[in-house]
This record gives sequence, structure tokens and C-alpha cells, in this order.
Amino acid sequence: MKSTIAAARPAEHLRADPLGRARRRGRNTVWVLTLCLLLVISLLMAVALGPVTVAPGTVAELLVSHLGKLDRRNTLDATASAIVWDVRLPRALLGAAVGAGLAMCGAALQAMVRNMLADPYLLGINSGASSGAAAMILFGVGLGIGEHALSVSAFAGALIASLLVYLIARSAGRVTSMRLLLAGVAIGYALTAVTSFLIFASGSTEGARSVMFWLLGSLALATWGSPLGVVVIVVLFTGTILTLWGRRLDALAIGDETAHILGISPARFRTQLLVIVSLCIGVVVAASGSIGFVGLVIPHLARRLVGAAHVWAVPLSGLLGAIFLVWADLVARTLLQPQELPIGIITAFIGAPFLLYLIRRMHPGS
Amino acid sequence: MISASGISFAYGNRKVLDRVDLSVRHGEVLGIVGPNGSGKTTLLRALYGSLVPSTGTVHLDASTLDELTARQIAQTVSVVVQETPGDLPLLVSDMVLLGRTPYRRRSSRSADNDDQIAADALDRVGMLASAGKGFDELSGGERQRVLIARALAQQTTHLLLDEPTNHLDVRYQHEVLDLVRSLARSSNHAVAVILHDLNLAATYCDRLLLLNHGRVVAAGTPSEVLVREHLEPVYQISVRRLELDDGFQLVFRAAPRWDHQLRNADAVDPGRRTTFRP
Repeated sequence: MKSTIAAARPAEHLRADPLGRARRRGRNTVWVLTLCLLLVISLLMAVALGPVTVAPGTVAELLVSHLGKLDRRNTLDATASAIVWDVRLPRALLGAAVGAGLAMCGAALQAMVRNMLADPYLLGINSGASSGAAAMILFGVGLGIGEHALSVSAFAGALIASLLVYLIARSAGRVTSMRLLLAGVAIGYALTAVTSFLIFASGSTEGARSVMFWLLGSLALATWGSPLGVVVIVVLFTGTILTLWGRRLDALAIGDETAHILGISPARFRTQLLVIVSLCIGVVVAASGSIGFVGLVIPHLARRLVGAAHVWAVPLSGLLGAIFLVWADLVARTLLQPQELPIGIITAFIGAPFLLYLIRRMHPGS
Repeated sequence: MISASGISFAYGNRKVLDRVDLSVRHGEVLGIVGPNGSGKTTLLRALYGSLVPSTGTVHLDASTLDELTARQIAQTVSVVVQETPGDLPLLVSDMVLLGRTPYRRRSSRSADNDDQIAADALDRVGMLASAGKGFDELSGGERQRVLIARALAQQTTHLLLDEPTNHLDVRYQHEVLDLVRSLARSSNHAVAVILHDLNLAATYCDRLLLLNHGRVVAAGTPSEVLVREHLEPVYQISVRRLELDDGFQLVFRAAPRWDHQLRNADAVDPGRRTTFRP
């Protein structure tokens, strides 16, 4: 009797898509496409809005003419063209790239540290990057690395800070996440002080990059040019690598022993992660200063939407981070206009309550 | 087949394993038993290369462990340990698909095949219907079965388990161990399992290894190893073995028989005698 019932109904595991993954993939793809559309809309809004509002039609016309290399510039308003193309668009693009980079690095670090409160800022990696960049400003750029000196030294600073944190947190060959977070906070404070000292000692000749810039971040320095290109390329590269490493991130997030069981060397993988995260954060911080809370908050939202598996959570974090920072910058530019707020104030206003909410929700054992 | 010979290991000055030998053949279940801190988990970790012993070698079939890459080991040995994703809300299907990690190449052409293998593994432990649930929503017994499914999805020929019955009620203890034994029998796995419960070990294991202070005290069939002469000095507890038609049952009593003070107290005040006298 039992067997006839089983024969009449196809066995569940012989169906196509036995785990419901194709359905999930479909749903998540819809999320990705929706967020891509939202990002484009956000970028257009960021370009149109500000102290001088440019009409959507004019924005579209300007973009088309610039992108299509059409020689119609003399028929267009030169001021609007300058605002949209030379000021706001590079700034919005930098914001998107920075937000994406910070959020994806946050997602990777949370898996690596096995603590949902981790973030490049809290782990002292941002401060390391700031110190590296500030040291370069003080001791001169004439070291032969050219215009990317700032990015390179910020990368070096980020790498040194993250390795330092990692080594301090190691005890008896094992890394505990509490020690890692506390070491990160301590190193972060120390390096923030170093950065501020270096900027003051340099006599503030580099007026545009003040202490405020390094501590709270700003996208105001964005221009068309290779620094923007480097940020975009590095962020895309980081996102691709971290997404390809998605399943390994899942394993590491469960535990070192689990990673090992599945053929992953946890120590080596952690080092690889620290290097790529430092690269991304170094480049991002050199361009925009140290912006907090994006890497902390955004990965949680991404997991809400598409689940915890990093193959989806990493790219979704990137898209959400990009959208978030474009809007945060828009608020920073317009809230007290014509005065401009450091963007870190906006992200902290949103991020700090969220951090408190996470702490309240933490399991007593974790 | 896994075999280990002369395995020693120390954390700093503290010697945890002292020249341990063992072998597990395909189709059999080896139980590793012993008190807390006797070196059971350390021994198991040495068997899958998570820890490198200071002396001794581990053979996996024809090769030694240090000849193999981490990935090759993961294609040969699967392990069930009590590590859960904590705050990370992974799905049951995510957990089981992790078992395919050792086979992943850059291109994910084999993804559909992976789904099928993972689904089969879940079906085998009776958890396919829960594939879309969150791992953290499951009961202890269900989680254990999902972790075993992940080990099955690794498609290995060896299975190691570290206290798979921890925190499970009696029914699930038996269900999980029954599943483990049937894997050894039907799929010809070589299985080694750490167990605390000696009666469970007697029921489900073909052979036992009794460890104390990192040394092998006894090895052999359950009926050879689980005798009073071995257990009382190791566990410092009084043991009685009740022979049954289909095996035996161990009964433990907290008060040590050789505690003379207690005996004297009994003699002075017979009313204070405990009622349980094995």
C-alpha cells in the first residue's frame, strides 16, 4: 500500500530543482535587477538635486550629449553642464563605488570575524588607511609612485593595521572574535590619533584634506580622473572576488573547524581576505576619507533580502551600500545648504541607532 | 581505511596524546570513549589533519595525511563537529551544499548536479522537506541530521563524528547512531565516533577504544573493553555490568566503592545508607 502511494507520486528528490534553489535564484535576481534600477535612479537624483536644481530633461540631455560625444555643448547651458557633468556626476559615482566597497568589505569581515558587529571601521582598518595616506601627505609624494601614491600608502596602512589587529587577537594559534573586535577598537583609536597628529604636524598645507576629512569622510574631492577610475575598478574587482569566494565565506562564518573539514585552510583564507579588504578600504579611504557604519549596517539589510549565503549577500550588500551612500551624500550636501556636512555625520546618525538595535538583539551566548 | 600509529600531541608542556594507535576498517564503526580531557577530540582532529601530531603518522587508505592537500582530505574524510553558524541565518540547503565545497572548481557548471547530491543526502537523513528552512529554526536532533547530510554530500568513504548525540533526547540519540551504523553497513564507510554514553557505545559500535590521560587503556569489542577492571580506575566510579539476552547494560553509582570514609560512616549510622546498592 505504502509503496503504491510512493510510486504514484514522484519522489521529492527526483524533481527538477530539488532544493528550491532555482526559485530562490529567480527571486534574488529580481532583487539585483530592482536595486540596479534604483541605483541608476539614485544617481540621476543626486545629479539633479542640490543648491541648484537641474531639471530632469536638462540632465538627460547633458548626459546624452556627453556620453554620445555629441558636439552640441554650445547649445546647452554651460553652468548646468559644469554642475552636472564636472561636479555632481563624478561625486555621485564615487559615492556609489565607496558605499559598495565599504558594504562588501563589511559583509566579508563579519563572516571572517564571526561577529555581526564587525566592520572595517570598527576593526581599525579605516584608521590604518587614513594614517597611511596622512603619512604620505606629510612625508611628501616624491617617492616615485606618482599620482596613486595616496592610494598605495593608504593600502599599506590598512594592511599593516589589519595584520596588527589580527596578530594581537591571536591566542594560542586561534583567533577569538571578541579579542579581534577589542584589538580593532584599540588600534583604531591609536591610529586615528596618529592621523590627526600627522595632519597637524604637516602644517595643514594640504588644505582640502583636513582632519575632518579623514575622521568623518567626504566625497567633495571627486573629479573625473584616474583616482575615481581606480576606486571603481578596485571595488568591482573586490566584489567579484568576494562573490566567487561566497561559499568559502559561509564555511568560515560557521567556524574554523568547519572550514578545515571542507578543505579550506582557515589561516590562509583569512590572510587572503585581509589583503583584499585592505586593498579595497585603502583605495576607498584615500579617495573619500573614513566613512563609518556603512560596512556595519548594510550587510544586515542585504541578508534580510536574500538570505545569509554570501554568494548573494555580497553583491546585494554592494548594491545597497552604493544606493545608501549616494543618498547619504545628497543629504549631506543639501541639509544645511549652502554649507556642506561631512558625510560621516549622516551615516553615523543612521548607523549608531542600528548598532544599538543589533546589540539589543544579540544572543546572550554569542 | 584510517590507521594511526604512535600519535602523540602536547599543548605546550601538557601531553594530550601519548603514542596512540588505532585503525578503522571500511564497514565498521569504531567508538572512541574516555573521560573528559582524555584526548578524544584531539585524537579525532589528528585523524583529519586539523592538528598535526608531534610524532606518529596517520594513513588514509594508501597515502599518509601529509601527502594530501586539505582539499584531497576533504574529498576522502567527512567530519561532523558541533559548530553552528551562530547569528548567521543560513538555510538548511546552504548548510548541506557546503559539503560540495571540496569539489568546487572556478566554473560552477556542476551546480545542478550538486543540488541533486545535496538533495539525496538530505533525503537519506529524512530532512529533505526542511531544505528551505533556516538552520537555526531546527531542533537539536534535526540539526545533527543536517550536519550528517552535509558529511554525506561530501561523498567520502570515511566519516568521523565528535559526540553526535550531545544535547539530544534518547529517541534522537538512537536515531542518529542507527543512521551512522547503517551508513557503515550499507555504504561501506569507515566510521569513527566519539561517544560519552558507554551504553550507546556498546550498542552501536563494532569496536571501542578507551582513552585515559591520552593513552589507550583498552581496545577491542565493546564486551572486551567495557569491563569493571577498565572502567572503574578510569572513570573513578563504581560500575556494574548486567548481562542481558542481547548484550549487556552498564549501571553506574556515584559513590566510589573504595571510599573507606563513606563505608565507615555507613557502619556508624546504618540509617544513612543509600538505598541504591548495585
